[in-house]
Amino acid sequence: MNMGIKQIESVDGPIMTHLSPTQNPYTPHTPADVESMLLDLGLQSIEELFDIPSSIQFTDSFKIPSRSEYEVKTELKEIFEKNLPLIEFLGHGYYSHYIPSIVDHISDRSEFLTSYTQYQPEVSQGFLQVLFEYQSLIVELTGLKIANSSMYDFATSIGEAALLSGRISPTRTKILVPDILRLERLSVLKNYTSNSGFKIESYPTCNSNTDVDELSNMISKDVSMVYVESPNSHGSLEESIEEIAEISHESGSLCCLGTDPVALSILESPSALGVDIVVGDASVLGLPNAYGMGVGLFACRSEYLRKVPGRLVGITKDANNRRAYTLTLQTREQHIRRERATSNICTNQAWIALRTAIHAAYLGPHGLVDLAKQCIDLPLELSSKLNNIEGVQSPLYSRYHFREFVVRTEKKALDVVRFLETKGYAVSAINDHELLICITDTNSSHLNAFVDAFKEAVL
Amino acid sequence: MSNLPHHDQAKWISQSVYEPLLSEKNMTEVSLEHVPLPSNLKRNSLTLPSLSEPEIARHYTRLSQMTYGVDSGPYLLGSCTMKYNPKFTEDVAVLPGCSIHPDREPHTIQGTLEILHTLQEHLATIGGMDAVTLQPPAGASGEFTGILIIRAFHESRGDFSRNEIIIPESAHGTNPASATLGGYNTVEIPSNGEGRVNIDALQAALSENTAALMLTNPNTLGLFESEIELIASMVHDMGGLLYYDGANLNALLGRSRPRDMGFDIMHYNVHKTFATPHGGGGPGAGPVGVISKLETFLPAPIVIKTTSGFDLFTPENSIGKVHGFYGNWLCLIKALAYILRLGDSGLLDASAKAVLNANYLGSKIQYEIPFRPFYHEFVASSGEQDAAEVAKRLLDYGVHPPTTKWPLIVSQALLVEPTESENKTTLDQIAASFNKISNEDQSTLKSAPNSTTVGKIDQATAARSPILSWHSLDPSL
Repeated sequence: MNMGIKQIESVDGPIMTHLSPTQNPYTPHTPADVESMLLDLGLQSIEELFDIPSSIQFTDSFKIPSRSEYEVKTELKEIFEKNLPLIEFLGHGYYSHYIPSIVDHISDRSEFLTSYTQYQPEVSQGFLQVLFEYQSLIVELTGLKIANSSMYDFATSIGEAALLSGRISPTRTKILVPDILRLERLSVLKNYTSNSGFKIESYPTCNSNTDVDELSNMISKDVSMVYVESPNSHGSLEESIEEIAEISHESGSLCCLGTDPVALSILESPSALGVDIVVGDASVLGLPNAYGMGVGLFACRSEYLRKVPGRLVGITKDANNRRAYTLTLQTREQHIRRERATSNICTNQAWIALRTAIHAAYLGPHGLVDLAKQCIDLPLELSSKLNNIEGVQSPLYSRYHFREFVVRTEKKALDVVRFLETKGYAVSAINDHELLICITDTNSSHLNAFVDAFKEAVL
Repeated sequence: MSNLPHHDQAKWISQSVYEPLLSEKNMTEVSLEHVPLPSNLKRNSLTLPSLSEPEIARHYTRLSQMTYGVDSGPYLLGSCTMKYNPKFTEDVAVLPGCSIHPDREPHTIQGTLEILHTLQEHLATIGGMDAVTLQPPAGASGEFTGILIIRAFHESRGDFSRNEIIIPESAHGTNPASATLGGYNTVEIPSNGEGRVNIDALQAALSENTAALMLTNPNTLGLFESEIELIASMVHDMGGLLYYDGANLNALLGRSRPRDMGFDIMHYNVHKTFATPHGGGGPGAGPVGVISKLETFLPAPIVIKTTSGFDLFTPENSIGKVHGFYGNWLCLIKALAYILRLGDSGLLDASAKAVLNANYLGSKIQYEIPFRPFYHEFVASSGEQDAAEVAKRLLDYGVHPPTTKWPLIVSQALLVEPTESENKTTLDQIAASFNKISNEDQSTLKSAPNSTTVGKIDQATAARSPILSWHSLDPSL
């Protein structure tokens, strides 16, 4: 980037880098090309190709001036400077880990970046192998036999899981979710399912884990899927997953777990606990916080193979009997099955899955376990330091925490948030006297300064 | 033949494997004894490939060289608008302000919100719409959002009986899939003899059950729906809404706006029209624009401008959410950068050159093009030849083939969309490749491709005995 170098502007506007007299540097036509093409077509002007009825022609302008690259970059950079540079101790489902440089450099290789869905596998073997390796990573972490090559994000993966459960047991009408489920996820789940006749019901959480007795009371033959998270919205690890899966199965329901690949690097394999579907956001590897952008993780038991949403990459052979990769089982998909498709998804998040795969490969099993261990050690350290402050109960729940935890303050939580903002920190209040505090490798260097600021904040 | 470009893809053949899987290079089991969790919560060990950074860099670099992108050569995939993706937008998407947590309070991220608001405004202007949500993460998600808004609109008027969405048979597969996801029955209508909406069939399909008509314009044959105003009034007279599938908006940029044609609701595919890279399948983004009476139903939140700055706002009758937060933010900022770079004149030039290129290429190829006049894309028929085999043969000439065997209305369909990014010389070469292939014999076509990393792929085996992870890999493969 040469953002510091001032470019020379012509009197007519931004300098152009091509012979074209137009303001579009991405159309390669010279005036002579256009003339010759029109001549071949027997036309005087390009406008003759547009036979739009005059009543619906747009004759005004958008009033968007053209700009040079330099101007666009500078303008956007200046707008971004209006953001307050707060150090984020925010989590609640969205987490940042340090992204090694290799992830940006390799994923930005333009063959990866500028290709599309692998409809022509013979020229797409590289990306297909990447997605196959991504699927394999998720299979290893979940213990489930099927992982697709991506959904949009965590929330839409939950929605797709619920719809999958509906295809497996078409007569069931209820989905059970924890009462502390992030509201945005609940809203997406409702939108994905309510028009198919599902009701969403919440089961209670007790001391930041599932109230298993209450769940037992609520379960019935109407329930299609029981959804549980670990780590959950409080950052607590769920300690009864096996029991929850058993309760689900006794009534013929599926059990779906929401989690992420870093947590799964150390947590007991969901498959071994009886979980049928695993969803989550795999972009905790590969992408920093990007205002909620992610990649939906989706894995399930092999029995559901032909009912799975999204794209699947498989291994087969080519005409010379050599190993080859291809998108497979496409008859599930919208471009073939149309209104009877398993999902409407077409464009997905493949490039983010590529970044997740590179990040995971870079870390390897040692690095993944170390990163996950840090996600346990750091909140332990921070929460105990905060607990030494008068008027602070930290962590509020006596659970194993992953990346984040709930703190109770005698002072109003919003006042604490406001004060910390003046000190350069962003935290979020979850109710009048409770805050959610998240710590990872990306903000841990500020741990002690944050504790000092917190002391002042609760005075 | 000799002056036609041939495309030899990277090949690293060792025995029968082009590039070993990471798992074939190394597998390491790591014990978790030192992890401070009780044994019932943690796994015993984790087994994954453990490789050094240089080994990983080479692995992925090789894989990239076995991937064909827009930067490799022409990418004629019709309906996907595989135009050139300007490099500078990648730099914009890694500016320091891009990495923002979704739970930041609005007053602390005024810059981010200003950027989103500016994009909302520009998209609204480009589509002629009154309000825009940027939340849907893809075109299909935009369609689903539109369907939910359509439902919310009718139900807000106490009208619960409308249970049908009308869709032309040539529509993208996502249209009926999205309508179904929204709980609607789909009613498919055939095209007329000219490849456009059959007005009689539409009249017959319309009823008090009609919630909406979903339409692409130009349609998937590249034809402008010249009777769009009549179509709009027919749908509106029956109390239905008109939904615009923005997949083909590139053809009309700056020339005709969906709103002016009578559409009430539309999605934009920023990865098509606004040049954000397709990333091997995604991410893209599918913002949705609506006319004012539908604004109250938009997903939450939208960005609004107040006297004290920008804020997040939940419309009164919001349908709720279609994505966990605010969609594919990094794609949205790239789209804004593209729009700002081009401005009015550049956007107009994009549609001009996209349509010129399609028409020029169409005039040079020998395969029959049954439906005309077309805009930014056309459907040729390979006649006696199998369109899928023609596509494989095109790979040998260094061209990413068109969409094949779709739309079904043309037999052996080749849906060709060259976009505005190709120059005349390349178009001439593409045409020469098509024409050469049209005269090739069946055995040449059947044996293609030959210059690609792998030969023709056995799809049947892949589906019959699926191997979807390295765990189920037979060592002989």
